[in-house]
Amino acid sequence: MPEPLLEAKHVRVHFDVRQGLLSRGQGQVRAVDDVSLQVASGETLGLVGESGCGKTTLGRALIRLIPTTGGVIRFGGEDITRMEGAVLRERRRHFQMIFQDPFTSLNPRCTVSDILGEPLDIHGLTPSPEARTERIRELLRGVGLDPQHAHRYPHEFSGGQRQRIGIARALAVEPRLIVCDEPVSALDVSVQAQVINLLQDLQQQRHLAYLFISHDLAVVEHLCHRIVVMYLGQVMESGPAADLCREPLHPYTKALVSAIPVVDPASKRPRIMLGGDVPSPIDPPSGCPFHPRCPVAETRCRTEKPVLRTVDGGGSVACHRV
Amino acid sequence: MPLLELRDLHIHFGATPAVDGVSLSLEEGRTLCLVGESGCGKSITALSIGRLLLMPPAHYPRGEILVDGRDVLRLRSRQLQSLRGGTVGYVFQEPGASLNPVLRVGTQIREALELHRPDSATEAEVLRLLRLVGIPAPESRIRDYPHQLSGGMAQRVMIAMGLASQPRLLVADEPTTALDVTVQAQIIELLQRLQGELGMAILLITHNLGLVTDIGDRVAVMYAGRIVEEGPATEILTRPRHPYTRALLRSVPELGRSSDRLAAIPGTVPSLGQWPAGCRFAPRCPEARPECGQRMPELKEISPGRTVRCPFSQDSEP
Ligand SMILES: Nc1ncnc2c1ncn2[C@@H]1O[C@H](COP(=O)(O)OP(=O)(O)O)[C@@H](O)[C@H]1O
Ligand SMILES: Nc1ncnc2c1ncn2[C@@H]1O[C@H](COP(=O)(O)OP(=O)(O)O)[C@@H](O)[C@H]1O
Ligand SMILES: [Mg+2]
Ligand SMILES: [Mg+2]
Repeated sequence: MPEPLLEAKHVRVHFDVRQGLLSRGQGQVRAVDDVSLQVASGETLGLVGESGCGKTTLGRALIRLIPTTGGVIRFGGEDITRMEGAVLRERRRHFQMIFQDPFTSLNPRCTVSDILGEPLDIHGLTPSPEARTERIRELLRGVGLDPQHAHRYPHEFSGGQRQRIGIARALAVEPRLIVCDEPVSALDVSVQAQVINLLQDLQQQRHLAYLFISHDLAVVEHLCHRIVVMYLGQVMESGPAADLCREPLHPYTKALVSAIPVVDPASKRPRIMLGGDVPSPIDPPSGCPFHPRCPVAETRCRTEKPVLRTVDGGGSVACHRV
Repeated sequence: MPLLELRDLHIHFGATPAVDGVSLSLEEGRTLCLVGESGCGKSITALSIGRLLLMPPAHYPRGEILVDGRDVLRLRSRQLQSLRGGTVGYVFQEPGASLNPVLRVGTQIREALELHRPDSATEAEVLRLLRLVGIPAPESRIRDYPHQLSGGMAQRVMIAMGLASQPRLLVADEPTTALDVTVQAQIIELLQRLQGELGMAILLITHNLGLVTDIGDRVAVMYAGRIVEEGPATEILTRPRHPYTRALLRSVPELGRSSDRLAAIPGTVPSLGQWPAGCRFAPRCPEARPECGQRMPELKEISPGRTVRCPFSQDSEP
């Protein structure tokens, strides 16, 4: 594997929370609990898991939007874990984020031109007003929007178009990595495909790296080179995208695969119906975090936490039964 | 006699048409899936069944909505009340937005019961409904507030409320759209099970044709206020005849095709008042010909129970 652009080692993010509405006891949410991963330049790493598994928290922590409780984050070989102030602001140019909700992530009172101009101004990227205007037009063209629409407001665009504006904003500072947090989950499937194709094209043109977060393995498989499957803040399985989706090893990954709708009515793909929800990370299950919902759990899964170990083909898995 | 029948239904907002001559029918105990992208008119069609659209601006210049043979558009408010609370139950997309945030879950279901079946507005019935929709330990759940529920649990509570009136028709408008894939599968399975146990008909609305495989008897595909294709689910899924249906099918991401580029549908659904002349899908259609922009094609029956609104549709695999 080439020198990683982003490298996370044993990253933890714990939140202190009040437990219950009335009790004054303190609890701790282990939203991210000892996660290590790497993203190479120009690569897409998929981060998959159900809601509440810690994907957003991890994505934000990795680009220093929220503080970490433990572990080390390196970007381009440099330790950014505790970086602050002007230095951090300058580094931010290189790692940007796209958000899930195209309806709330854009300021409704700003025109598209304001939205795209802001990061250009913050980082002093355009020497003159003419250059700024031209750069904004170029950004809009780059994401397939009409440059004539630069003076419009977000509500004048459809969901898919708003997501393109969010992408253009992230691209404005020419980052090397974009954390994409469920950028297509709120869109129609027909529009989802447009945005995914756009992200793929941009990656090829600009050698961008993505950390792509989603709860939908089918979407992730299309875009990602490698995939990390998370459950309750921990990595259950990781590996090359095609292998992991074709032959998932971890029972949780298998369940995620089998939940994907199949169009072909003749398909006999067996369904593994996952019962219940992701348990609360305040009071996580003992042993393997997945054991209460696991169809193949045995006694030791309840007491002994499986370690993440490497398997043939470059992946790794944390399961006693594999 | 079908339980639900829409005949040439027209819905306008002011002078602007939004639904433009929709005819559909749904038999007792069966499932009809109404499929199409956002903005095609699915929700307003669904809301019209219980006459839930605010009038004005909405009005119905033409057509009939027959529920159990009675024309909903002619019902007096008393009869309308019994229709909404009796025959037809609703489940909407955003459980978070539809539940009252300051009321406990049990109280809300009980209120729904008091409205529709006052004699059964008991805690025992609330618990039975929650158990029916697969909520574990309902005794402790009834004291929860909506924000304490996960998305999937909140949607189950919504379904329990939709079932409170023991409807013969459940209208489910994108009930899984905001949910995780795993939870989507659970909710679809739940609807199927409930249909088997309670024998109700389901009108399921979705933008994702992939969901239809598991639950649909029949599928109607809607585009810009009109039905473009209708027929048995398996046939629509395996041999779609309208280019729009084919495009929708191709856009569903499937596993194991990672090397292919995803097939997006270019452009967007036209806004109200901006429907193009001729076939409304023509500007986005990969198979469009010059004549498609001239005249609106008829919805033609191509085999018994199978209609398509495209004169050039060939029979092909998606
Ligand atoms: N600021 C916070 N304070 C307390 N708990 C939090 C905070 N942010 C997230 N969490 C909790 O951390 C867990 C992981 O959340 P999140 O990262 O949003 O998951 P995902 O993105 O996979 O849905 C959840 O249980 C969530 O409630
Ligand atoms: N109250 C309303 N007034 C004006 N236009 C409306 C109203 N409600 C819906 N519409 C419009 O009607 C069209 C169909 O909407 P809808 O039925 O919600 O579509 P779908 O459910 O297929 O996404 C959309 O263009 C929408 O903007
Ligand atoms: Mg998230
Ligand atoms: Mg709708």
